[in-house]
Amino acid sequence: MDRGHDDRAGGDLVPPASGPQSGTVLDTGPADDGPPAVEVAGLVKRYPKAPKDSLAGVSFEVRRGEVFGFLGPNGAGKTTTIGILTTRIRPTRGRAKVAGVDVVADPVAARRVLGVVPQQNNLDRSLSVRQNLLFHASYHGVPRARRLRLADALLEQFGLADRPDGRPDDFSGGQIQRMMIARALMHAPAVLFLDEPSTGLDPAARLFLWEKVVELRQAGTTVVITTHDMDEAATLSDRVAIIDHGTLLALDTPAALVRGMTSDRTLDCTIDPGPGADSGSLGSALGSLEGIRHAERLDDPGWSGWRFRIYVEGEAAPFVAPVAHVITASGGRLTDVRLGEPNLEDVFIHLTGRALR
Amino acid sequence: MTATPVPATEVPDEPEDPAVALADLAPWGPWRTGLAILRRDLFVTGREFPIFLAQVILQPLFLLFVFGKVLTELGYARPGYEQVLFPGLVALAAVLTGLQSTALPLVIEFSYSNEIEDRLLAPLPIGAVAVEKVVFAAMRACVAAAVMFPVGIWILGSIPWQASTAAAVVVMTVLGALLGAAMGLILGTFVPPNRINVTFALVLTPLIFTGSSQYPWPSLSHIRWFQVVSALNPMTYVSEGLRGLMAPGVPHIQTWICFVVAIGYLVVLMVVGMAGFIRRALG
Repeated sequence: MDRGHDDRAGGDLVPPASGPQSGTVLDTGPADDGPPAVEVAGLVKRYPKAPKDSLAGVSFEVRRGEVFGFLGPNGAGKTTTIGILTTRIRPTRGRAKVAGVDVVADPVAARRVLGVVPQQNNLDRSLSVRQNLLFHASYHGVPRARRLRLADALLEQFGLADRPDGRPDDFSGGQIQRMMIARALMHAPAVLFLDEPSTGLDPAARLFLWEKVVELRQAGTTVVITTHDMDEAATLSDRVAIIDHGTLLALDTPAALVRGMTSDRTLDCTIDPGPGADSGSLGSALGSLEGIRHAERLDDPGWSGWRFRIYVEGEAAPFVAPVAHVITASGGRLTDVRLGEPNLEDVFIHLTGRALR
Repeated sequence: MTATPVPATEVPDEPEDPAVALADLAPWGPWRTGLAILRRDLFVTGREFPIFLAQVILQPLFLLFVFGKVLTELGYARPGYEQVLFPGLVALAAVLTGLQSTALPLVIEFSYSNEIEDRLLAPLPIGAVAVEKVVFAAMRACVAAAVMFPVGIWILGSIPWQASTAAAVVVMTVLGALLGAAMGLILGTFVPPNRINVTFALVLTPLIFTGSSQYPWPSLSHIRWFQVVSALNPMTYVSEGLRGLMAPGVPHIQTWICFVVAIGYLVVLMVVGMAGFIRRALG
């Protein structure tokens, strides 16, 4: 695996992965066969007065250098897991290590090897963009000459070099997101945690963010990214963990997760229901057609019609006519149909019995 | 020679491996981090120093002027009242500035701006972030208290002062600044943000007027209940301590008692405040 040691020369603007593996703080062996980037075992978190566990015994490993996607709906336990891994939440039980450092036993050492980009803007509003980067680095003990050089490089890389002296309040959401990533990279973390990074970003800002994540991965930084966006998880992640109700439901590459879903194809139907129509009986009518495995109504609040995802055996096209017939018979009208390969969203629906959004 | 250390930190081509570069600093890490955070606070305050000065001068200036000058000249306060008032106002400036310098920023940083997160994620113990807040607030408070001296001379013409007790005055003032900052730590972490206005009104006014800054505590013996209430206010021991050191002719609580009680209060308030801070910072 290319850990990018040679990429660390001045021309490379992406800060390379660092970690205890090559330092003297933690003697964990040579660079290429050190500990996993993240190790989590039997992690349980119950908040005071909560009726049940927010995390109910989660275990997984993140390999060094990979982009690891954490996929789940709001309240699934993603942020709690990231909170524990970044030393901000104490677990009720279980073990968690980042770059070989136990985050519960030695949070101070853990904070040196991890970087966090939170959901909400937490930039220092009293400081300029550049000062935000520089002071962050000084908190982490980055020598002065190095932090000056790195700040300029990162401002350039993240498209912020034209206004280094502006205050965070004067920038857009996408720019603030970039500042927070640049800031997190100032101390060259071994593992970078991005918590719901594209929430609230416009499409252009989102693409920029995705590009940067790809660049970081190429430079060897391990990235753990939480999202409830299927596309984001599928596009960026080497492996995806699906989490719901505090339990890890699946963990694999996006392709393997989808493959494991049987070889079904899908028909996505948009239906204008007739008066008095009942989605439950339509669903069972569709499901009873020969060759159809099952039909699933997708939750889509704000949508006046219905969306059904129909899982069929073999090719989907021959099923369009019979499906349309059943819909018409129920008094509804088929307004749109799309033939699809199963994707992560299907995996999620299959695992949890409900749609993500 | 200054040439030797310079290349160690300033040479552009220091080791490129960031892990090694950071690890070299490991034994000093938490201290360096704490100092870096303090440097940030000093940097931000330094930039707004005139505004900060105006902020801390205004209230004591008016108190001194109205109580020490106007009331005395009009004959409503006896001459010599400034002997009572001045040390008390130095205590008030120290305690109150300390309190406001921790409480307000903490409420804002924990609830609205989340700014404190970057420091909570820095490589130092969470409690050290609270200590830094208190130390920095106490520094501001000491400036506010120091400013009282020229202001006092300007308004009153002269202030009670004894060269022999100068060092003890400094120590007592620092103690008062730390006490105020520790009280602010408790307020800033325990009070929910939607209650901060009410809490400030309910806490600050009694604190200001039961802290023996405008009256000598021993002379309250015939308003017993108020004397008891005043005895509970930590500021009383700072006011009385400074009074004993600066104007020993005025009735005052014995200085050593003031030091012991103030230190005791400081320890208790810091323990409670740190616990609140850590509870707030960690989920």
